[in-house]
Amino acid sequence: MDNAIAVAPDTHAEDHHHAALPQLRHHFETEEQQREAGTFGMWLFLLTEIMFFGGMFFAYLLYRNWYYDAFVVASNQLSIPLGGTNTAVLITSGFFMALGVWAAEVRKKGLLVLFLVLTIAFGAVFLGIKYVEYHEKWEKHHVPGASYDIKEFVNPHAYGLNEKPLPPDMAQKTQIFFSLYFAMTGMHALHMIIGIGLLFWLLARAQRGDFSSGYVAPIENFGLYWHFVDIVWLFLFPLLYLINRHPV
Amino acid sequence: MSATSSTIVNLPDQKTATIPKKNYITAEDGLLSWLLTGDHKRIAMLYLISITFFFFIGGAFAGLIRLELLTPQADLVASDTYNKLFTMHGIIMVFLFLVPSVPATIGNFVIPIMIGAKDLAFPKVNLLSWYLYMVGGLFTLAALVLGGVDTGWTFTTPLSTHYLNTHVVTAGLGVFIIGFSSIFTGLNFIVTIHRMRAPGMTWFRMPLFVWSNYAASIMMVLGTPVLAITLVLVVLERTIHIGVFDPTLGGDPLLFQHLFWFYSHPAVYIMILPGMGVISEIISTFSRKRVFGYSAVAFSSVAIAIFGFFVWAHHMFIMGISNYSALVFSLLTMLVAVPSAIKIFNWSFTMQKGSVTFETPMIYAFGFLGLFTIGGMTGVFLGALGMDIHLTETYFIVAHFHFVMVGGMLMAFLAGVHFWWPKMTGRMYPESLSKLAAVTTFIGFNLTFLPQFILGYLGMPRRYHSYPAEFQVLNVLSTAGATVLGIGYMLPMIYLAWSLKYGAVAGNNPWQATGLEWQIQSPPLTENFIETPVIDYEAYDYEWLAHKTEQEVTTVG
Amino acid sequence: MSEHIHDPANITNPEHADHHIVSPLQYTYVFVALLVGTILTVVAAKIELGIFNPIVALAIACTKAVIVILFFMHVYYQSKLIKLTVASGFLTFLVLVTLALSDYMSRAWGLW
Repeated sequence: MDNAIAVAPDTHAEDHHHAALPQLRHHFETEEQQREAGTFGMWLFLLTEIMFFGGMFFAYLLYRNWYYDAFVVASNQLSIPLGGTNTAVLITSGFFMALGVWAAEVRKKGLLVLFLVLTIAFGAVFLGIKYVEYHEKWEKHHVPGASYDIKEFVNPHAYGLNEKPLPPDMAQKTQIFFSLYFAMTGMHALHMIIGIGLLFWLLARAQRGDFSSGYVAPIENFGLYWHFVDIVWLFLFPLLYLINRHPV
Repeated sequence: MSATSSTIVNLPDQKTATIPKKNYITAEDGLLSWLLTGDHKRIAMLYLISITFFFFIGGAFAGLIRLELLTPQADLVASDTYNKLFTMHGIIMVFLFLVPSVPATIGNFVIPIMIGAKDLAFPKVNLLSWYLYMVGGLFTLAALVLGGVDTGWTFTTPLSTHYLNTHVVTAGLGVFIIGFSSIFTGLNFIVTIHRMRAPGMTWFRMPLFVWSNYAASIMMVLGTPVLAITLVLVVLERTIHIGVFDPTLGGDPLLFQHLFWFYSHPAVYIMILPGMGVISEIISTFSRKRVFGYSAVAFSSVAIAIFGFFVWAHHMFIMGISNYSALVFSLLTMLVAVPSAIKIFNWSFTMQKGSVTFETPMIYAFGFLGLFTIGGMTGVFLGALGMDIHLTETYFIVAHFHFVMVGGMLMAFLAGVHFWWPKMTGRMYPESLSKLAAVTTFIGFNLTFLPQFILGYLGMPRRYHSYPAEFQVLNVLSTAGATVLGIGYMLPMIYLAWSLKYGAVAGNNPWQATGLEWQIQSPPLTENFIETPVIDYEAYDYEWLAHKTEQEVTTVG
Repeated sequence: MSEHIHDPANITNPEHADHHIVSPLQYTYVFVALLVGTILTVVAAKIELGIFNPIVALAIACTKAVIVILFFMHVYYQSKLIKLTVASGFLTFLVLVTLALSDYMSRAWGLW
């Protein structure tokens, strides 16, 4: 075999109907192949995310069945207005992300930048509201750990709560609910924070015009990630906030 | 029989042969060109060096464990130290050696070439996976240097969350990070195998090595994240005392076991499947025959990947899971034996009436066949409910999984390293020395682990540093065997390094094998192929190869 | 050799799907549907349905998730390979849930 020549990477791609763009990596023959590989890779990564959150969802399922009374009372401590607003905020953020993907696909740079900014803004609002909720739990000693306090659940009427008083050992189980609440929403929030970080990077590249000439894979694939994070919340909201909310 | 007909090795004339000047090793110079490379072959070499490093650290711990067990009393190390020794041995060997061993080194190197691609689909992700591996490895080393961990490699709660004052968090984070390294390797393989195959390379023309790595990759992608979240919960439980696994707060420690083994049982197949792929390649090459029942072997890999997710609770039979589900999991466990047996039978039939030759990779492969069969069969013992209660947590189980992991996987890894060494480096290893090493490993291995089956059956529990005096004879045998085994592992390390400079020039295809990787120069070019190959033959088609060689001779002549 | 066309773009590959652009109008429909779903799930939670409360909540959440996956995430327009990939993730999660529950449920018959 002749070792003297290594074929220049792009010569194959040029045989095809469109000329190779600079973003075509050397080991792919066409952009179509590269795009499909990217999308598939992103989906496989999201598979791992399903299983990552899946472990916690299973823990939730188990303890909700074991300690239903504690879960009801603890869940009622969460604010539906805040949680509901946050759901709407996150859906809106996802909507703008989807529009951003569209803007990139039809090569409208200005719109893409605008939609990315809006995606970031609504994502930030979500995290802000989440912070308010976390802070309230901290002040009420509902964060699991040494300072966790069950007195509101043992004696709800003294605190103006319209709940059934729990025996102390069941009241202790509310801590499991809040453990899962913080673990699940915390992991979700961590994914949001990473996502917003990536969004700033994409925003800078979009402004530079990287995605306005038909190369949209990073935007599309990030969109997949962002929508996946939305989906996790679509499950978290009813499961954590809405256990047995009807009047007793 | 003359000496020439008992070997298929076909080296170029050593007086004139040279290593090609232009190849992936010489393509660029300097340390940075390696540390920032996107070339799958260079990343494979980085992996090879780093896993060898960790293998010898893990091996050193094994040596210390065996040394302590030489005598019934605790005289070498204190009980705490002993706990740390076997924990670090387990963590390093499982997560830093076995899981990445074949996929990240040999797989990384040859999978793109086998399917006719220039590189893996995501070269940067591939490099990232090596860096994650190194960072995870550093965390593990940090845990070691700071004073060690003594939970056992399983991080069992509530021991790991409440009762220990060692570096569980550091080691746990290390394993978490290494997990992502393995996810990215698996993800890369799946996309590459789906999307980057050369024209004509259909699924059923792929070498079985690619199939088995594909199956293992699916398990890496689907299983590893469950381990990741489990370790996150353990770390949170240790640091901020959330109560998911804590029985005093109402948590269920068995939930930890379920989640942990949901990954860690499939992890066993993540480790062994790529090794099985290596064996398929080698048995075929050194029998000069197409693998018997190609599609059965291919599908048995996928079947193992699927069944692998249905059996995890057989690690928990004595932990208090319900009898009914233990029954179900026991039956499902027996199912996994079927695809493994299919492989063993098909390899045996491949050799039947083949022209079998006994080069080093084949000797290792023979070792694999015997040892893996014993390891697998004893696994069926342990999967049976009644036997499991008698044997689990004894040395029987230690012997069982060492037969599968060391006797099976490590043999396959060494077989593969020898088999592809000429392709990776362009040079041959010394043949007689390597045969000696292969035989030494086999003898040492059996001497080490066969006595442990008996020890376990007699009731010696695992994870204790002292034992009743009547067990000493067998333990001395085992320790003696470990010494032989250690020599068996040191030898390749030395002569492979030697061969880098002094080994015979291998030429393109020293084994006269049919794989695409053997049709290009050794070591390969950075781009692998000068032009995209078009595949018009099935894997292991030796007639095609003979025809091709004939044509080349006529053209040159 | 000639029967294997050189097909680097995978066009003849059954795993291939054309690049489809979803229109903003379609996205808006999805957006509205998701908001309506959110209101529905809150309303449904406040009505006494007994054992059906969590079932309704999960049904709404699953519907919303499916809509997001199909349209925001373009799976509706993707190749069978991607569809299979998505399905396999949820399937594996179900394996985890079913088999682990088989232990928990049979450990204490009647208490579930």
